[in-house]
Amino acid sequence: MNAIEVVDVSKRFRVYREKPTSLKQRLLSGRTRAEDFWALTDVSFAVAQGDTLGLIGHNGSGKTTMLKVIAGILRPTKGVVRERGRIAGLLELGAGFHPELTGRENVYLNASFLGLSRAETDRVYDEIVAFAELEEFMDTAVKFYSSGMLVRLGFAVAVHVEPEIILIDEVLAVGDEAFQARCIDKVRSFQRDGRTIVFVTHALDQVRHLCDHAVMLDHGRIHTTGSPDDVVREMRLTILHHDLEFAREEGSKEVEIVGVELLRDGRPVAEAVPSGETVTIQVDVRAIDPVEDPVVSFALHDATNSFVFGYDTATGGLALGTLHGTRRIRFELGPIPVTGGKYWLTLGVHSRDNARVYHVQDERYSFDVQQADGRRDQLTFPVTADMETL
Amino acid sequence: MTEVTERTSEPPRLRVGVRLRELAGYREVLWNLVRKELKVKYTASVLGAVWSLLNPVVFLVVFSFVSKMLGGAVDPYAPFLLAGLLAWNLFNVSVLNGAQSVIANANLVKKVYFPREILPLATVGVGLVDFILQSAVFFVFLVVFGYGFQPDVVWLYPFAFVDLVLFSVALTMFVSSLNVRYRDVQHLIGLALLVWFWLTPIVYPIGRVYDRLTISTNSLAKVAWYGYLANPMTWVVNGFQKALFHPSDPKATPPPLAPFTAEQLGLALTAGAVVLLVLVYLAWRLYFSMSGDFAEEL
Repeated sequence: MNAIEVVDVSKRFRVYREKPTSLKQRLLSGRTRAEDFWALTDVSFAVAQGDTLGLIGHNGSGKTTMLKVIAGILRPTKGVVRERGRIAGLLELGAGFHPELTGRENVYLNASFLGLSRAETDRVYDEIVAFAELEEFMDTAVKFYSSGMLVRLGFAVAVHVEPEIILIDEVLAVGDEAFQARCIDKVRSFQRDGRTIVFVTHALDQVRHLCDHAVMLDHGRIHTTGSPDDVVREMRLTILHHDLEFAREEGSKEVEIVGVELLRDGRPVAEAVPSGETVTIQVDVRAIDPVEDPVVSFALHDATNSFVFGYDTATGGLALGTLHGTRRIRFELGPIPVTGGKYWLTLGVHSRDNARVYHVQDERYSFDVQQADGRRDQLTFPVTADMETL
Repeated sequence: MTEVTERTSEPPRLRVGVRLRELAGYREVLWNLVRKELKVKYTASVLGAVWSLLNPVVFLVVFSFVSKMLGGAVDPYAPFLLAGLLAWNLFNVSVLNGAQSVIANANLVKKVYFPREILPLATVGVGLVDFILQSAVFFVFLVVFGYGFQPDVVWLYPFAFVDLVLFSVALTMFVSSLNVRYRDVQHLIGLALLVWFWLTPIVYPIGRVYDRLTISTNSLAKVAWYGYLANPMTWVVNGFQKALFHPSDPKATPPPLAPFTAEQLGLALTAGAVVLLVLVYLAWRLYFSMSGDFAEEL
């Protein structure tokens, strides 16, 4: 059974150029100059009871709007959201806290927002304080709290309300390691209890480790849904893709990448490269009209799309001068110091100051690195050992 | 089975029963918000709640002086003024702060879900706490100074009180929802309340108004008198005065609380309560339909 069903939800915001908030302004300006902005468009997904859903996406992709619609703070412009059970939302750092009230008073205030009566709050009060580790500060006004303390208190209240559904928006990023670890523990114990969790985060690793499913939003639409691994990978790919789109809009293809080849010993790479071998990246670029001082760069990402290494001709001290016609650039990668696995190659041509992007290769090339049997190295350092007689 | 909440794009239709149940579920928020407002109001002030008692005392001193100067003061003036003034204060504070209630709690409205009606209700709640505090002191004053209570009129008190609260709730909801969209309202309401105060028989007795307006042969004056009675606060204040104030000279002309008897007032206030309930419903409906967008408009 589904704890949350989001069906064709769209959300429109009206963006006013200059928001007329007084009657006079409204009368004088006649029709208000509102522009529609669709923060969400036809979003549908469901979260089964007891599942943990990770909601990811770029800034402005509509994640927080989605969460606010689920929480009931915003009303959908179209569509329906159905929910079964008590919802506790942790939407922002210190949301629902009043700075002038003490920690204790805020615990009661916050718990009441989450639907707890005074007596019920009394019962869990000590646990909340212990969880937040704020025993000495409960009679201090929260305006004197650090942001970490606020998050701890907010999280402590929310998790002790025992909601059936809990919404978490990036707040876990604050707080020290130990507290984060405890939050993760708490999330896991929620999962064991069969509670439903929706989780907005930029920490893609958290999604992979904690979630059963993930949804990626892009410009208010669902981009991908599925297993966390797939969605996280897709997210990482589109992060790159977005940069490309951005580049294409800005850039002009004054210099174009016309051919890329990965070579080993002069021959195209066909199979996995053993760790410690050398590889050559060969890039052919073409400029129809002369282009002053371009820079060719490449970047390597590993299988989880974490950035591994980047390099460009400027760093290498190679000036391409005025580029006209077709040129071949070779990057010779010395003994590959990385562990086994798949590596993705991104290539770009841009001006030296990065102000103009001429071309970024949106077809990425990949190659596999094979690690010698029995080795568990993350990295291979070039090591020389010697011995002398003393 | 847990119940299903459905959130749709439908402009919400107010279903009183369902909504009241939801509000009841969130009553703890109401108490906490009232407590919060009181705490914040008196935090870092030395006199604290004494300030809320000081206000009527200062009014009393000033208006006693003014009406002595102008002559024809109601006697005894203190119970007369305070009976009406405390009621007015509740109304005034509720509406004035109510205009700001949603905006002042923007951080809550944008980030936390709860039935938004609680915000104006909390404002009225804060006013009520002050009212109860002031009334308690006022009652002690009435007893200590020998004015006392008279059973043949004091029964009017709850009638006037119910009307006062209903009207305050209705207007506070109305004003607070409008103010989110049109910030003019908060400026307008300050001025309107000032005019309203003087058009309500608080400082001067209603008997004087009746006398002036009905003695005249000018038909416009008659209309003015009915206009004067169209103000719900006139009835509320008159009710409080009738219940608590006993003229030292019963044969004074014009009788300060003329022309209505306690029974007539009781009837009017009961009928008024019905009208005000409708008003509360209308204001609530407006507030409810607008409150879905508060988080965006702030």
